[in-house]
This record gives sequence, structure tokens and C-alpha cells, in this order.
Amino acid sequence: MTQEEEIIVIPGRWDLPFRHTAGRVASRFFHGLKAKRILALRCPRCQRVLMPPRPFCERCFQPLDDWVEVGQQGTLEAFTICYARFTGLPDPPYCLILVKLDGADSALQHLLGEVALEDVQSATQRIQIGMRLEALWREEREGGIKDIKYFRPVA
Amino acid sequence: MPRRVAIVGVGLTRTSSHRADVTYPELVYEAVSAALAQAALEPKDIDAVTYGSMDPFDGVFAPERWNVEACAGAGATNLPLMKITTGGTTGGSTALAGYYHVASGLFDVVLAVASQRVGETVEAQLVLNTAIDPIYERWLGGGAITIAALQAVRHFWRYGTTEQDLAHIAVKNHENAQRNPYAHLMRMLTVQDALQTRLISWPLRLSDCCPSSDGACAIIFASEEQAKRITDRPAWVIGAGQITDNYWVGDRPWYEDWDSLSLLARRVYRQAKIDDPLRDLDVAELYNAFSVQEIIEYEALGFCEKGKGGELIRKGVTTMEGQLPVCPSGGVLCTNPIGASGLIRVAEAALQVMGKAEGRQVPNVRKALAHAWGAAIGFHTLMLLSSDVP
Ligand SMILES: [Zn+2]
Repeated sequence: MTQEEEIIVIPGRWDLPFRHTAGRVASRFFHGLKAKRILALRCPRCQRVLMPPRPFCERCFQPLDDWVEVGQQGTLEAFTICYARFTGLPDPPYCLILVKLDGADSALQHLLGEVALEDVQSATQRIQIGMRLEALWREEREGGIKDIKYFRPVA
Repeated sequence: MPRRVAIVGVGLTRTSSHRADVTYPELVYEAVSAALAQAALEPKDIDAVTYGSMDPFDGVFAPERWNVEACAGAGATNLPLMKITTGGTTGGSTALAGYYHVASGLFDVVLAVASQRVGETVEAQLVLNTAIDPIYERWLGGGAITIAALQAVRHFWRYGTTEQDLAHIAVKNHENAQRNPYAHLMRMLTVQDALQTRLISWPLRLSDCCPSSDGACAIIFASEEQAKRITDRPAWVIGAGQITDNYWVGDRPWYEDWDSLSLLARRVYRQAKIDDPLRDLDVAELYNAFSVQEIIEYEALGFCEKGKGGELIRKGVTTMEGQLPVCPSGGVLCTNPIGASGLIRVAEAALQVMGKAEGRQVPNVRKALAHAWGAAIGFHTLMLLSSDVP
């Protein structure tokens, strides 16, 4: 055999179903979203109001049970505008944000809406760290993080 | 007291967007046989194996099983093997595990291997999504690139870093990669070229982002007695460690600084008696998957004050001719077989100390630092190597 043979490539694919329990804490948070309320948990020891709510405080290693409602407005902590298409991520362009809601001590990751993103220069002039944002609710809410359609600049 | 440990052999593979010329075990064999050859050791000289890969980027869960034969015939000789997966720090953690195996006194010669075939991943983001919190955060647009972009936006906002600064980082790494036969991207890049590549996630352009690579790496750690027998010029481990940061990305909106890395650096510098890293280190191999991260790493590792990383690259301090060359290999920015990339940093640092880095050798290296980050920028590893016995 003198001629070099073509290397064969064998296709592969994973399509595996799973189920993830949201647990008592995220379940209450999601039920709250259905009712247009954003709930967080306060740590009895360090007093931080943790968003998203979680069953225990990592710093104090204490279970959390003190529910508080936080504001539907907040401050933009960080953002990026994604212009590339990745399978499994939203259609570009989209603006990923970290927003610290009024009354919370940690930021929620979500999306920004109602700002034209196609032109990066005008978009990055409009979107500023520290700007005020508010939640926009979906009409049909199913009890999930996407019940908040996106955050938008406060008019 | 831990025993003294040195690196006595390093093996790297050629890397590309798909090493279609070899099977997975052949790729690992390429790295391991090169490491054995450099140390002039036989497979029978290996006492144990630590193995790193980030499942399931290869499309095969637990590929260490597939690659057992390639790890110096570990299966045939019934060697102990420990698998490590810690996201982007996988390779760094695999090096730590190899070091700890020998430092503990339980093993004398340990082979650390890390591999990844990102080139066999057809949709890398779908794999990354499986690592993202399934309850609150998955499907919201978070990925490795967007998190790095959050770091960049914050660094621009707080410190006035610019797209030009990022371009200088990209140009420096691409230039270095051209001298590294094991690099993936080996193309000429100018600042102007970099600024004209397409935007991926503001402010990161294509030139600010690492490629997806197939590649593997192997390192042999040995006890003091064995190291002195094997080679005249080993790379001694004089400091090492790992650190974790909190899970929720929204709990750490101080994205412009890498405080967890600063803390780890202080711990490791104390072990290694480093007072002034810019003066005391001769070369650093940093995990710069995205250009902005190299700037933030300069600051966190104490090469300059916070906010001055852009100035450091503009002044050329970290180029091959500068006071502290960073990533003579071209770094992760030019080559990223994810789970192997952290081990490649250690391998490159070791080659520099051993004087075996060939075309990318920095003259007279006595101390070299290797870094990795992973887990949505929540984990770091560091390893400090020296030509002098600690
Ligand atoms: Zn607490």
C-alpha cells in the first residue's frame, strides 16, 4: 500500500434528558415571579440580602429562611453586548447584564432590552455602568427566570 | 514536611483545530512518549499517573479510561491513576496532584497528563452550557467569552483600559506563538489587524479570544533523589497552590480585579520567598484565554499596581525583550486544548527553567511562574519553578 488513505471521521452526538430539582428556595422565588414579585433571602448573621436566593449563606454557613421582597428597579453593575452566534445562547446581538436590585446585596444575571444594539458605538454610549434599570414582565409567566422578559433603562 | 520535588521531563504535542491524523490515545501517546524521551526514562520508571481533562468536551465521558494505555501503559502495568477535572484549571490541578503525590513521600516518579480534543466538539457552547447553573443562569447568555467581556467592560470603566491595550496583548502573544512549534495560531498580527477583526462580545474581538484546539501535554515529577539522578537541570517546585472563589457570578461584581488570584499569589510568593515578582521572576506563563485577562493577571499577580496592566504592555515590559516576558509560548490566546492548557503553562515554565524552550527560550531563567484559571473565573492555580534546589 503506497497511496495514503483517507482518514475516516466517525460522527458522535449526545442527546441526554435530565431533570433538575429547583428546590424549596428557587421554587418560592419562581412562584414569586409568577406574581410579579422578586424575592430574596436575608442571612441572619451577616445581614446580606442574597440574590438569586439560595438555601444557605456561603460565608456564614447558615441556613436561610428570612424572605424579603427586593425592588424591581436596580443598578447596572456590568454588561457585554454579544455579536456572535453561539448555538445554545440567545440570538445576537444581545446584551448580558449583572443588575443589583434595590435592597439586594448581590447582582442578578439577566438580559437588557429596549436598547438598539446593532451599532456598537451608539449602544455603548447609551448603556452605562451605574445606570438605572427596571424589570419588564412577560404576560405569560411560567414560574422561571424568564418570567422577567428583560431589564430596560428606567425612562 | 513536604519532600522536595522537581520536574524532570516535559512532552507537548502539535496542536490544531482538529488533529484528524491521530486518535485520542495516539495524541496522548505523542505527549507522554516525548516526556519520557526528554527525561530518558522508561514507562516502567513511572510509579503513578495523574490525569486531567474537562469532560465532556471530547464527547467521551471519562476519557482517562480510553487513554490508559497511552499513560505509559498504565493499564498493562497496573499503575494507580487519579483523574482531575476543575474546569479551565484542570491542567493546573493535574500538575498540583502530580506534585502532591511526590511531595507526600508516597511516590517517587509521577506522570501528570492532560488532554483535550476541543476540535472534536462541534458545538463548544452547548458543552459549556452543561457547566452553567441549570436553575437560574443557563440559557441566559452566559459563556466563557461573555464572562471575560464583563471583566473587560469593568476594567475599561474603572481604569480606562482601551481596545488598543487589548490589541497589544494579542499582537505580543501572536508574535511569540510564531516561535513555538506547538502553538495553534501562528499568524502575523498587527495592532491594526487586531482592531479590524470582528466583534465577538463587546469589547472583545476575534483577536482577543482563544481558538479551540486539540492537544495534550505530559510532565514527569520526581523526588529530589530521583531528580538528581535523572537530570542535571530539573525545574524545582518552590511554590504551588489553588484557590476558589464564590459560585454565583453576581456575588463578585468586582470583575475588574481578580482578588482571589491576588490572595493565591501572596500565599505562593510567601512559600517561594518572592518579594517583588517583577524583579524576582524571569518569565511567566499565564492563562490568557482572553486578552483582557492577561492585563488583569499582571495586576493580581503584583507585576504592577491595579489599573496599570495596560501601561505594562504598552511599555513592552512583558514582551520577549522586556523585564518579565509573559507567555513566550503565545499563551492560551494562541492555543487552547482546554483541560490541557493549564498543564501546558507548567510545561512551558519548566522548559524555560530547564533551558529547553528552544526558539522561545528567555535567556538565563532561574524562576518561572505558571498560572491557570477556570470555573467561570472562580478557580485559579499557580506553580512556581526554580533552577535552584529550594
Ligand atoms: Zn451570611
